[in-house]
Amino acid sequence: MRLSLTINGERREDDIDPRTLLVHYLRDIAGLTGTHVGCETSLCGACTVHLNGHAVKSCTVLAVQAEGAEITTIEGLARGGQLHPLQEGFWEEHGLQCGYCTPGMIMAAADLLARNRNPTETQIREALEGNLCRCTGYQHIINAIQSAAAKMRTQKAA
Amino acid sequence: MFPASFEYHRASSVKEALAMLQQYGEDGKILAGGHSLIPMMKLRLAQPAHLVDIGGIRQLASIREEGGKVIIGGLVTHHAVERSDVVRAKLGMLSECAAVIGDTQVRNRGTIGGSLAHADPAADYPAAVLALDGEIKIEGTGGSRVVKADDFFIDLMTTAVQPGEVLTEVAFAPVASGAGFTYLKHRQPASGFAMVGVAALLTLDKKGNCDRVRVGITGLGAKPFRAKAVEAALLGKAPAPAIAAAAAHAADGIDPLSDIHASADFRAELARVYTRRALETAAARAKA
Amino acid sequence: MAVIPKFVGERIKRREDPRLITGTGMYVDDVRLPGMLSAVVLRSPHAHAKINSIDLSKARALKGVVCVLSGDDLRDKVGPVPCVAPADHVPYHPVLAQGKVRFVGEGVAVAVASSPYIAQDALDLIDVDYDPLDAVVDPEKALEPGAPVLHEEFGNNSVTFASVPNPAVDEAMRKADKIIKARLVNQRLAPIPMEPRGAVARWDGGYKQLTVWSSTQIPHLLRSQLAEMLKVGENRIRVIAPEVGGGFGCKLNVYAEEALVAHLSMTLGKPVKWIERRRENFAGTTHGRDQITYLEVAALKDGTVTAVKAHFVCDMGAYLQLLTPAIPGFSGLMMTGCYKIPALSFDQQMVFTNKMSTDAYRGAGRPEACYIAERVMDMVAAEFGLDPADVRRKNFIPKEAFPAPTAGGLVYDSGDYELSLNKALEIVGYQKVRAEQEAARKQGRYIGIGIASYVEICGIGPSALLPPKLKGGGWESATIRMEPDCKVTVLTGVSPHGQGQETTFAQIVADELGIDIDDVNVVHGDTAVVQYGIGTFGSRGTTVGGPALMMSVGKLQEKMKKIASTMMEVPPDQLIFTNRTVALASDPSKSIPLQQVVDAAYGYKQPIPGVEPGLDATSFYEPQNCTFPFGTHVAVVEVDPETGVVKFLRYVAVDDCGRILSPLLVEGQVHGGIAQGIAQALYEEVVYDESGQLLTATLMDYAVPKAHMLPRYELSATVTPSPVNVLGVKGVGEAGTIGSTPCVVSAVMDALKPFGIRHIDMPLKPEKVWRAIRDAQQKG
Repeated sequence: MRLSLTINGERREDDIDPRTLLVHYLRDIAGLTGTHVGCETSLCGACTVHLNGHAVKSCTVLAVQAEGAEITTIEGLARGGQLHPLQEGFWEEHGLQCGYCTPGMIMAAADLLARNRNPTETQIREALEGNLCRCTGYQHIINAIQSAAAKMRTQKAA
Repeated sequence: MFPASFEYHRASSVKEALAMLQQYGEDGKILAGGHSLIPMMKLRLAQPAHLVDIGGIRQLASIREEGGKVIIGGLVTHHAVERSDVVRAKLGMLSECAAVIGDTQVRNRGTIGGSLAHADPAADYPAAVLALDGEIKIEGTGGSRVVKADDFFIDLMTTAVQPGEVLTEVAFAPVASGAGFTYLKHRQPASGFAMVGVAALLTLDKKGNCDRVRVGITGLGAKPFRAKAVEAALLGKAPAPAIAAAAAHAADGIDPLSDIHASADFRAELARVYTRRALETAAARAKA
Repeated sequence: MAVIPKFVGERIKRREDPRLITGTGMYVDDVRLPGMLSAVVLRSPHAHAKINSIDLSKARALKGVVCVLSGDDLRDKVGPVPCVAPADHVPYHPVLAQGKVRFVGEGVAVAVASSPYIAQDALDLIDVDYDPLDAVVDPEKALEPGAPVLHEEFGNNSVTFASVPNPAVDEAMRKADKIIKARLVNQRLAPIPMEPRGAVARWDGGYKQLTVWSSTQIPHLLRSQLAEMLKVGENRIRVIAPEVGGGFGCKLNVYAEEALVAHLSMTLGKPVKWIERRRENFAGTTHGRDQITYLEVAALKDGTVTAVKAHFVCDMGAYLQLLTPAIPGFSGLMMTGCYKIPALSFDQQMVFTNKMSTDAYRGAGRPEACYIAERVMDMVAAEFGLDPADVRRKNFIPKEAFPAPTAGGLVYDSGDYELSLNKALEIVGYQKVRAEQEAARKQGRYIGIGIASYVEICGIGPSALLPPKLKGGGWESATIRMEPDCKVTVLTGVSPHGQGQETTFAQIVADELGIDIDDVNVVHGDTAVVQYGIGTFGSRGTTVGGPALMMSVGKLQEKMKKIASTMMEVPPDQLIFTNRTVALASDPSKSIPLQQVVDAAYGYKQPIPGVEPGLDATSFYEPQNCTFPFGTHVAVVEVDPETGVVKFLRYVAVDDCGRILSPLLVEGQVHGGIAQGIAQALYEEVVYDESGQLLTATLMDYAVPKAHMLPRYELSATVTPSPVNVLGVKGVGEAGTIGSTPCVVSAVMDALKPFGIRHIDMPLKPEKVWRAIRDAQQKG
């Protein structure tokens, strides 16, 4: 069936099988392979994207449910060649190793920072309940998010 | 990871959804947020031939006040419940509970109607809805009916919602001012579901005795339940000395679930401990 | 011109990251090829069953399905899944089951279709007629007479019995003040890299060239094994390890599916992709640990341990994967830990069970060893009422003793164990925390302080220590190429997948050649580009790959010095590389630009006698010994006696990985290691029920720790360079895992001391802790 939606600011229309999961649509049809699949039980968060501004697990959304929606993926986070503060934070604080969980982790963190400009370490740990990382032990991820939050507060203030 | 084929139908109204359900009978399934159904479909444990997507029915996605009650549409997400000013002000425990369901992404997508209708024995919402004496509105082609939370949960993943019906909204009377409440859960470490979750609410009379006690427990048995023995043991008494003895009844008459995460007797013990702790917090927050 | 800084030792941002934080890295599932087909594998729902028949007809008839095969279709076409480690009984391990299935998740059939959705539809149409057989999942029961036998040809379930006797042990036992006995279990774990496995194969018939992209830690070793399985020359196979989303040992292997997609592509003439789903990953990717150890410890009243004797029962699972029976050996050899225990003897009974194979998992045999050694120290302390820190000090190998031969027959390279312990205790404020513990106990709060001093074995070499059938040894390779524009390409035989050698190696090269880090490109993971190499595992990337790179750097420097020496008319040994020049060491202002030297080497207009044109060098480094990183971890925890929940109050880690090249990356390795070690101590366990059904088949039931389940780690380091290699590095990939598991168990047991509880087997889940307390209270 016909699906139309906006991905990273670009309108698209595609014919899809209704059973197609949003993550497979993004990866295999829209060609955006930055969103990963790490499990099939909506648990690991590697597939996290923003749907109408909120973080969702794209492995647990049918593409047809995103009709008319605005989707942002990791590929759409940097604007005009400028990395998002979260991307910078993850780079500067060594918030990633193998990188597989990273896009989902960054998208989940972006949702958190949209709600809470200055989260505590405990709040960050709780907010990452839906994202697993097997490499970092999370500490550098937390540092990265805090670093990005500080940067974003300064940018907003400026 | 790859659901089986189905035909997809988008319903624009409850009436249309009901008509579709009637048409497809046992082959039809309601799709709301999808956070209960889609995981089952990915594992092909559910293979509906027809999916009726009610996600676009706007009026089911709102929170409103009507006739002295707060009414939450079946499609309202956990996130919206958590952030709603009305819910926070009048049904604080529900927003506290919504805030600890699953994870951020699940809360952004999962719906109260979907969660209640799915009736996972370890879901968080049921405990709070029971403790808040929620009233659940179910619509069918023959009209609508309202089921009290107490009567809604029937058995493991079985509720009062019949095939061909849709859970459309949940109504609550606002919590009395001065009431103390909390929702406490012991997370199953992997899934984040409630190994045991306890929603406790109490109000105190002028003497400082409990004049209303509600305890909803999830995760312990095949279905969530109100711990009426606990409530009765506390009613009319001052909380401080009575809570410990009352909480000891938390698992009375329940056949606890047992799995690799917690055996039946540990779950029962957790229920008692968390009931005591939840009641203690509720009592500390309550104003006489 | 700006001065180029030094990079080694600095907190460098990783060079891998820009692609990974923008979603532009390419993992195996991101490989897209024209006409590519998807393969999905049907897996056994039974732990043990005879296959009577398989009906593929309905599946084959489905629209969109290209091919459906079962094990019988592959007989004599694809060789068995290899095991290179020695064992008495090595069973035939077909890529898809033939006649019998032996564990839940064993591949039974494969469907290939235009999309994975349709391939999955096809699997639903396959009808397999099974005759279920009794299964055995408990390795001790598997040894009993009458137990179901997995491989009938062997008559029983023994894989191998290995024994390292030592008469001195019996002597020490006779003289001991106390013989402490214990049964310790290192439970079965699942590695769970966030990226499951996957493979894509493309056969180009015209060129007779097979390309296999696989999420692997060992591209070259995989190529060698695929050549054997497929009967294709190694010169016709190109293995590419693209971006690999974590391995932790489980991708140090050769799996059925890698050969299967290759065979399918060669048969169908089209590219074929198989991507593992998480359920398959739980059921069909190697597990780790799963050892039971019966211990006897000879101890003196002053806390001295004089002998350790152990009997191991090691669960190998249903088949032997690449190194399955080689892993337990490390547990035996390293069992004396940091301690000068004079006598050690052990035997190991390895067993078949109806479960997935075990194999390397972060630490591979050493976490088990360290767990045993540290439990021994704690048990001795408890037995004689001594401080656990003092018991460790009493038994440490003193720093003067290095290089130190051990009872296990190894020679530890360098170490200062007491320094590490003292530093960790100082950071945590040991005496103060002990006082707090005492005060808390009076209030009915249960705080525990756990200590673990570990030593482990990395960069395993010389090659003779590796299994003889392994096509490759303990060495590693590196090529360095100075390109005509003065940019450097490094080809390394290691295959990093998160460890960050694209950065570390660039740091080394930049400093050695006096160039900018941006001028260095480190390439790995492509057998068509990189000379034969061994791969990344056992904390060997920098420990063995680094010295190989240094050898090549040295050769390149030598050649460039010769050229520059002719141009500058100074002896080559007086030249250094700095700031993109070759300069006189005594007066760096006398220099020529590096580019001029490079031009001379490539342009070769004025030939230099004894110097060939071009600028590259390849080296193969064979280590003369392993390296032995060490450290001490201290955890402070509080146990909730009502619920059994363990909460972290502090976590201090002092690690010594020798010289630190990249501090930020070392921290990252330690953090991740600690997380995985804590996971073994508290959370994770692969559970099969008695019939062999896998009960932890999803992330909903297997508790990979989330951020809120882990503490903030307070790290510090001591630096004891390794004399084994030119870089002085020891390796850091597994250290955190090895130290943290016993440390956390020690802390919880310390907290439970007032109840008289001395040991609970891992994972220390709330229910186990609660039950132990309840039982102790009922007894008391």
